[in-house]
Amino acid sequence: MSKRLTVPKTYKLYIGGAFPRSESGRTYEVATPKGDFLANAALASRKDARDAVVAARGAVKGWSGATAYNRGQVLYRVAEILEGRRAQFVDEIVQQTGVSAAVAGAEVDESIDRWVWYAGWCDKFGQVAGNGNPVAGPYFNISVPEPTGVVGVIAPQDTALVGLVSAIAPALVTGNSVVVVASQRYPLSAISLAEVIATSDVPGGVVNVLTGSPAEIAPWLASHPDVHALDLVGAGELDWIDLQIAAAETLTRVLPPESGTDAAAPSLARITAFTETKTVWHPKSLV
Amino acid sequence: MSFLEYAPAPESRAILNLRDEYGLFIDGDFRPGTGETFATISPADEKHIATIASASEADVDAAVAAARRAYDKTWSKMSGRDRGKYLFRIARLVQERARELAVAESLDNGKPIKESRDVDVPLVAAWFFYYAGWADKLDYAGLGADPKALGVAGQVIPWNFPLLMLAWKIAPALAAGNTVVLKPAETTPLTALLFAEILQQADLPPGVVNIVTGAGATGAALVRHPDIDKVAFTGSTAVGREIAKAVAGTDKKVTLELGGKAANIIFEDAPIEQAIDGIVTGIFFNQGQVCCAGSRLVVQESIHDEVVDRLKARLSTLRLGDPLDKNTDIGAINSLEQLNRVRELSRIGDEEGAERWTADCVIPDKGFWFAPTIFTNVQSSHRIARDEIFGPVLSVLTFRTPDEAIAKANNTPYGLSAGVWSEKGSRILAVADRLRAGVVWANTFNRFDPSSPFGGYKESGYGREGGRHGLAAYLKGAPAGGAARVEAGRAKKEVSA
Repeated sequence: MSKRLTVPKTYKLYIGGAFPRSESGRTYEVATPKGDFLANAALASRKDARDAVVAARGAVKGWSGATAYNRGQVLYRVAEILEGRRAQFVDEIVQQTGVSAAVAGAEVDESIDRWVWYAGWCDKFGQVAGNGNPVAGPYFNISVPEPTGVVGVIAPQDTALVGLVSAIAPALVTGNSVVVVASQRYPLSAISLAEVIATSDVPGGVVNVLTGSPAEIAPWLASHPDVHALDLVGAGELDWIDLQIAAAETLTRVLPPESGTDAAAPSLARITAFTETKTVWHPKSLV
Repeated sequence: MSFLEYAPAPESRAILNLRDEYGLFIDGDFRPGTGETFATISPADEKHIATIASASEADVDAAVAAARRAYDKTWSKMSGRDRGKYLFRIARLVQERARELAVAESLDNGKPIKESRDVDVPLVAAWFFYYAGWADKLDYAGLGADPKALGVAGQVIPWNFPLLMLAWKIAPALAAGNTVVLKPAETTPLTALLFAEILQQADLPPGVVNIVTGAGATGAALVRHPDIDKVAFTGSTAVGREIAKAVAGTDKKVTLELGGKAANIIFEDAPIEQAIDGIVTGIFFNQGQVCCAGSRLVVQESIHDEVVDRLKARLSTLRLGDPLDKNTDIGAINSLEQLNRVRELSRIGDEEGAERWTADCVIPDKGFWFAPTIFTNVQSSHRIARDEIFGPVLSVLTFRTPDEAIAKANNTPYGLSAGVWSEKGSRILAVADRLRAGVVWANTFNRFDPSSPFGGYKESGYGREGGRHGLAAYLKGAPAGGAARVEAGRAKKEVSA
């Protein structure tokens, strides 16, 4: 019996809940460490980045307006769906990076667990980061964290999945939407993760995934006035100081690059970094 | 004599014991600056107050070196309890010398004595008192165990609340264990220099706080200095942008408290008497020279005429004049440069077709004055609805639906503060939720408290001052809204556990 001919997947971008090709028509070849062809990934353009920002901006109101309990359940569902497709992600990581199935399996497990960890934060973060303030006067005064808005992310470049998950999940906790530039070398897991997200009740536009060259796309995200925060966690190899300077033009909040295995490690600070504290006063004396 | 005419009731200047000339306060003592000296004048009569030293780059270097020494040798080794005691001492000394500080502030800044006496200086004492108590309780600030100070903070403050902004900067910095080099605004250095004398009375170790006077170049030298670990700036968005660029690629932590163009939304069911008072407080407090001033009145169409008529009646009773007079409501504009900006933007308001109304005030012959002014028929696209005027000028816009009010309020690159007036609680909370601003005053305006975080969204800057959040801006591991290092390791274990 002859071996069954497989049906390879076309890897496209993920923008506004849909999977378009790059408007530029460009692709680049993704290969195994040995050089065997794996796929043609979309080589996203400036226009794709801008389309993604438009989609992300449109999604902020609904996502940040959802209850924290609801966001928590949606993020937890991402973990559920990812768990169900564990084998696919293990295969993809093995193919792209050449690690053993055991190592790839550990990375997928860690990624799933990080979704669960952040999912649980959704309806607790406000309690930890917020405050009732004992002002010296007859006023009700409360400080609450709110999402910053659209977060541009240069994902960690050394891993296919766990770095990507670690960068986008904390931004989603409080209701931000995200435009993420995936690992240039390992973009396939990012698009497969987008398929998971697309089937996990995450509203379209909340997460947008671009594949291609971070060096080409990042400057357009950094200078875009509708990108309110910029996570340069995976931008260590780029001219990231220039990106920070470009972002300063509209006082975009910036997180610097990180390196090593602890890059984008789960932390409360990562959630806080993409929030704004709002303080509301009201008199108690008007009766 | 009508009911509006009062006999003059000036606060005595005799309480002031000013020197003719002030040097830089570095390493616990005053010393001459190596830059050209400049004069600080009273904006109310343009009279010379004192000659002030200007810090050159070398002077800034010396101040940073003093702060570094004090950090390494003294302050970082001192217990939180003792740091707190110094801050408590400072709070008490400010209270003891409150009247003197208020007179100096009104003299140098031009603000009415009733504001410096009843708002600025009491809040200065409150700020030091509040953060004094934090110094030995940092473990309880929710930032992890034993949070560490950053090191040396470079702080640049504006002229609108000179001593209060100093307190907002210095109190949390010292409580968190940092040492400080602070640059007061060029036009209002006086109270910072009196504060240096207070530090001497408090016997604060030399170098823990250094005060370098000067103009923009001094500030630029300070924020660009390679040996500072923290930049805290309050001022214009344009300068804030330059600072954000200057620190790019460095490990400096940054807090920026920048411009604003706050909307003050008045619904037709608002408590109207209180709302009128709130609108007046919102834009005419401190001559409107307030970054969080309610400079855009967004009023429901159905009550527009009533609100504007009442406002005009109310403004007609405000007394403009001598800042040291206890009856004065509206003082002087801080500088000729600022007065020219207010005049220029008002002229543009005329040109763009808005209707100007100005309170009928007698303007003194000398000094910098601008009578309370309202522009009606203002469109969102007008520059007087977009640019920060930073003066006693109110732009009035209207709305029909709550959605329109929110859209207009948020239609600005700024996001520092906002006001909303309504007797309907559910509406207040829903609107407050959707306003993109760091402080929302509901049925009140321009309230400040050391326990209450203050700071902006969007191009109004990042980081918070006040409260527990303000403390985080001066400690490691805690995001200030700008660059933040994540606390690796600890949380990771929680994941795998």
